Amino acid sequence: MRAVDALMECLKAEGVDVVFGLPGGANLPTYDAFVNGGIRHILVRHEAGGGHAAEGYAKATGKVGVAFATSGPGATNLITPICDAMMDSVPCVFITGQVRTDLLGTDGFQEADTIGITMPVVKHSFMIQHPQELPRAIHEAFYIARSGRPGPVLVDFPLDLSRAEIDYEPVTDVHLPGYQPKIEGNQKQIRQAAKALAASQRPVIYAGGGVVNANGAAELTEFAASDRFPVTCTLMGLGAFPATVEGAEGREGGLGDPNPQWLGMLGMHGTRAANYAMDEADLICAVGARFDDRITGKLSEFAPRAKFIHIDVDPAEISKNVPAHIPIVGDARNVLAKLVIEYRAIGADPARLDAWWARIDGWKAKYPLAYEDTTDTEIKPQYMIRALYEATGGEAIITSDVGQHQMWAAQLYDFPAPRRWINSGGLGTMGFGLPAAMGAAVGCPDRLVCCVAGDGSVQMNAQELATCAQNNIPIKVFIMNNGYLGMVRQWQELFWDGKYSHVDMGEFPDFVKLAEAYGVTGMRFTDKHTLVDDIKRAIAVEGPVLVDVRVTREENTYPMIPAGMAAREMVG
Amino acid sequence: MGEPGTKEPLSLEELEASTNMRTGRKHVLSILVENKSGVLTRIAGLFARRGFNISTLTVGPTEDVQISRVTLTVDGALHPIDQVTKQLHKLINVLKIRDLEPADTVARELALFKVSADGTQRGELMQIAEIFRGKVVDVTKRAVIIEVTGTTDKIEAFETMVRPFGLIEMMRTGEIAISRGRTET
Repeated sequence: MRAVDALMECLKAEGVDVVFGLPGGANLPTYDAFVNGGIRHILVRHEAGGGHAAEGYAKATGKVGVAFATSGPGATNLITPICDAMMDSVPCVFITGQVRTDLLGTDGFQEADTIGITMPVVKHSFMIQHPQELPRAIHEAFYIARSGRPGPVLVDFPLDLSRAEIDYEPVTDVHLPGYQPKIEGNQKQIRQAAKALAASQRPVIYAGGGVVNANGAAELTEFAASDRFPVTCTLMGLGAFPATVEGAEGREGGLGDPNPQWLGMLGMHGTRAANYAMDEADLICAVGARFDDRITGKLSEFAPRAKFIHIDVDPAEISKNVPAHIPIVGDARNVLAKLVIEYRAIGADPARLDAWWARIDGWKAKYPLAYEDTTDTEIKPQYMIRALYEATGGEAIITSDVGQHQMWAAQLYDFPAPRRWINSGGLGTMGFGLPAAMGAAVGCPDRLVCCVAGDGSVQMNAQELATCAQNNIPIKVFIMNNGYLGMVRQWQELFWDGKYSHVDMGEFPDFVKLAEAYGVTGMRFTDKHTLVDDIKRAIAVEGPVLVDVRVTREENTYPMIPAGMAAREMVG
Repeated sequence: MGEPGTKEPLSLEELEASTNMRTGRKHVLSILVENKSGVLTRIAGLFARRGFNISTLTVGPTEDVQISRVTLTVDGALHPIDQVTKQLHKLINVLKIRDLEPADTVARELALFKVSADGTQRGELMQIAEIFRGKVVDVTKRAVIIEVTGTTDKIEAFETMVRPFGLIEMMRTGEIAISRGRTET
């Protein structure tokens, strides 16, 4: 059997049902193997689109996403998705072609040192040096990608080795002596955490993407319910704790009532309730979150009264930015399940939190996520998100690009469940949303997938509309079109004396015509009074749709903690 | 799991942070790695990327051909050592890391000094070499090469002594270290 045929067998053994990719000279044998390989392959238009699609697939399904590219420029085009997957801990395997081994190091045609270039942004990588090594490397790559703290793994595969004959034997085990993730959590530490929580008068649970990755949302909800703990989530954690609960009169139109324990997102564009609660907390229980600068603001003034329980599967995150008082290395799901048992056994008095809740509810009432609506037909960007929420019954998978629209979607679409919110948090990759939606839709064909895009961001991977049209991948892309690189414009307005430098995108392109050119349905919405119905109309169209939603040109995303400042200095 | 939690109260005031403090001293990290291509690049790249400064680094084989040992020294005044070791542990090819305790460790470095020395100075230079248990390994009309083995302190002291003679060149291997007693490093 050729090594590339063994590759197909390995992918099937790993349960891979789809690969996103683009062929080239160095991976011709691999693409020959796809012909009868029994694996679905979706031909993308740019490797970055393929890489982000693999990420979207992985985030929506929890399975490992897979993308293929050829050597040289194919591989370098994958670097942004690889780095993105590293920053947001997305389980992905990237397989790149490489020039023949006799050409390696000679600056051969389409040669790039892919292993070297990607080394700082992968969880691990494998350079195949003998064709017989391939099956084991593939299985190890998948194991590393999905276990512990998930992340991207790259396999670089020279052309001549890929077409070599090997004796293929299925690999059933992996042998990685230097890689043993701790997922259980130390029982003594968990007990200590339970005691600290019982002693706390002003606790906050601060949950991140690690809870989603560990499939620990149910455990988080149960833990929070064990004593009315206030919960806030990071941008990556949204959905790990339900923003809504079933209302007293049932879920009318799928929309629930606000979850009373939910504080909203925290951080730079988080709610005041969440940020002020962190500021005044006496105990913060961080779960699968990494205290990044968009959360802490000015580090020296972050949560000055709090002690910290830090639960994370990656020991290097614990005490990296904020020293932990009770560190617990383990997977969020396992640790939370044990923590609930320990906490219940203590039988803490829930009444001790009454004063804390009175304070938090005061903030919630005083500082809701409000905006001034227009009196005419003009669509406010915030209203666009609420309209999308209403039109989808809160039940869609929402992907986004990066910028103002991303923050408004994060603030205002009340995610009721995990894996519904897919965006680029760590790297902040413009152009992520459309291909990620494509991957999510391929992974979850029964669920509506909508992309909230920016008019700037969407142009960075708009070519994947062709992929959606050709494969009838029915994503609904809603461009929040203000004709600006909106977030940069906002910063120039607020922090650079209102001098706009290269943020005006004008009326280009005509997105409806662009959609039509790609064979996708194009629409344009401009009236807020009909917007909910218009969105429902777009969703009802079969196949992919690109919608140009014209919104207020200059609107700022508030509230906001200016970069490097403390939570108490929130503006807007 | 043992018995479930007790009612013994805990005061939040008593909790102390597991500090990430800088220790202020030199640390010798002895790292066992898989002998595979690119491993050293991964380690060096990690240090560069995280802004950790490597003082010295040596790599060599061990008694097992599949495993190499990297010995590196890091300044604990500049970097939080536990963050350095935790990041190193994340590299898949890193098998084991030991932050060697100075008191329980024998550390050695090899250095070669090329010192200018004509007939009149050679004797004095050779006396100094003897005090440091150095060896003269090459003599020419105008220079000698002296080999010195020892701790970093000793090598630096020797350097101070010979510098006035005219130090033409100095080469140092960086430290290797092994733990005392029967246990493995």
